[in-house]
Amino acid sequence: MSFLQLNAISHVYLTKSAAKEAISDLSFSISEGEFVSLLGPSGCGKSTLLSIISGLLRPTEGSVSLQNEIIQSPGERMGYMLQQDYLFPWKTIEENCYIGLKLLNKLTPERKEDTLALLESMGLSDVRDAYPDQLSGGMRQRVALVRTLATNPDLLLLDEPFSALDYQTKLKLEDLVFKTLKAHQKTAILVTHDIGEAIAMSDRIILLSPRPGKIAKIFQVPSQLQTLLPFEARNDSTFSANFQSIWKELDSLEQSPT
Amino acid sequence: MNNLLLEKQHEQYVKKLKREKKEIVTWQIFILFAFLSLWELAGRYTWVDPLLFSYPTKIASLFLTKLQDGSLVLHTTVTLLETIAGFILGTLLGTLFAAILWWSRKASRISDPYLVVLNSMPKVALGPIIIVALGPGYVSIITMGASISIIITTLVIFHSFHTVEPNYIKVIRSFGGNKKQIFREVILPASFPAIISTLKVNVGLSWVGVIVGEFLVSKQGLGYMIIYGFQVFNFTLVLLSLLMIAIFSSIMYLGVEWLERKLIKH
Ligand SMILES: Nc1ncnc2c1ncn2[C@@H]1O[C@H](COP(=O)(O)OP(=O)(O)OP(=O)(O)O)[C@@H](O)[C@H]1O
Ligand SMILES: [Mg+2]
Repeated sequence: MSFLQLNAISHVYLTKSAAKEAISDLSFSISEGEFVSLLGPSGCGKSTLLSIISGLLRPTEGSVSLQNEIIQSPGERMGYMLQQDYLFPWKTIEENCYIGLKLLNKLTPERKEDTLALLESMGLSDVRDAYPDQLSGGMRQRVALVRTLATNPDLLLLDEPFSALDYQTKLKLEDLVFKTLKAHQKTAILVTHDIGEAIAMSDRIILLSPRPGKIAKIFQVPSQLQTLLPFEARNDSTFSANFQSIWKELDSLEQSPT
Repeated sequence: MNNLLLEKQHEQYVKKLKREKKEIVTWQIFILFAFLSLWELAGRYTWVDPLLFSYPTKIASLFLTKLQDGSLVLHTTVTLLETIAGFILGTLLGTLFAAILWWSRKASRISDPYLVVLNSMPKVALGPIIIVALGPGYVSIITMGASISIIITTLVIFHSFHTVEPNYIKVIRSFGGNKKQIFREVILPASFPAIISTLKVNVGLSWVGVIVGEFLVSKQGLGYMIIYGFQVFNFTLVLLSLLMIAIFSSIMYLGVEWLERKLIKH
């Protein structure tokens, strides 16, 4: 049985001026421990899909099930990391990391300790009493990751977590996130615009086509790239061939008339 | 060597800042002193009508007399307590209404035109009705002090609640947080700056409400002292009351600023 299953998801956004179909009849499944990227042009419904999987948004049609349980509302089993960090500026870094546990009423001394250990493993223990505006973008995004992991979710949903960072920070964070997720054996879905990032980080890449969003193609990342750290994968000899083939596919999607 | 140079530059910079500060304070004291002296002279040599404008030493001696017979302390205390009560009541009720409107989108949409009308109406005009309804005493006066700030507080704070970055709410919801938790963890702390700035406005507004209330009730308080002084043509008394109002409203304002520093660190 698959870990996460999407059954014929469609979503229509209703506004005063129009009804807009953002996603149409989309199905796929993910097995436990897998790292999947969603790749596609802007506006093809990637964030919408992630919100639906997380339970924040009810799909107009279809259903999402996690280990055979249909998802009705957000909860502890999902960790959702938004496109920007959205750390609360009025809370310290430590308090920001505890927010999930606090909301779930699970802020026990042991869980606090685990969270602090996680913070330390990200090299952030000396800023735990600082406020978010005292941190750099890369540090803030690491705190956001700790906040997401602190509740120990079964499935991680990452919405372009590196898109606002400079290239060097992004490469470092890719490695860090990759290592952390593998160490905790997490299943993850990563939304990205960046073909290289998708190849370097994931086991499988789902290419979406826009208007309305549906699956255009699924790429299996070669197994030798899967095991490498993202930075090493980017330097692997087979990387650029993979990049080219996805690039062509994506290019044809963006060229195609609407 | 380089370090020494930097230190020296910093030292000079700090000195310069201190010098500037000192200059400003000197000017401020000088202006106050010049104003008081000019006023004193103008009054004594009847360049202006001393009956109407009085002069500082006359106000000071009245201050001492009224302090000794206890009436100044009584009137000031009454007004101060009424103002603080009106201020707190107006701010708390305004925030509460804002929270209710935030909670129910429907309620906020329904009440919108009424709030606009109520806000544009001069609340002190309700004074006579309030006094007849609640009796000519401190309850009416506090009600006036509160009513003048309540609607604008509701509007400003609701606007702040309503415009909190939606992605902060999304973070809370993604952890399964409910509406109450959203309010406590995001909406309220994100709106502290707006709440503080309405507090600053409300300090002034509640003084207006209370003074007008005391004009109308005419029993006790600094507003009563002003009306009384006006009726018996004792403008020294009126000016003394104004002085007390200026002092205590400034102290309240400083109190709010202190609260601001306590509440908003980041
Ligand atoms: N709340 C909304 N109301 C109406 N339409 C929406 C809403 N949110 C998204 N849409 C529309 O749905 C489509 C998909 O949006 P979505 O944000 O999921 O795209 P995306 O793939 O995440 O884009 P990007 O890569 O730019 O983040 C877009 O055309 C967008 O205009
Ligand atoms: Mg998006």
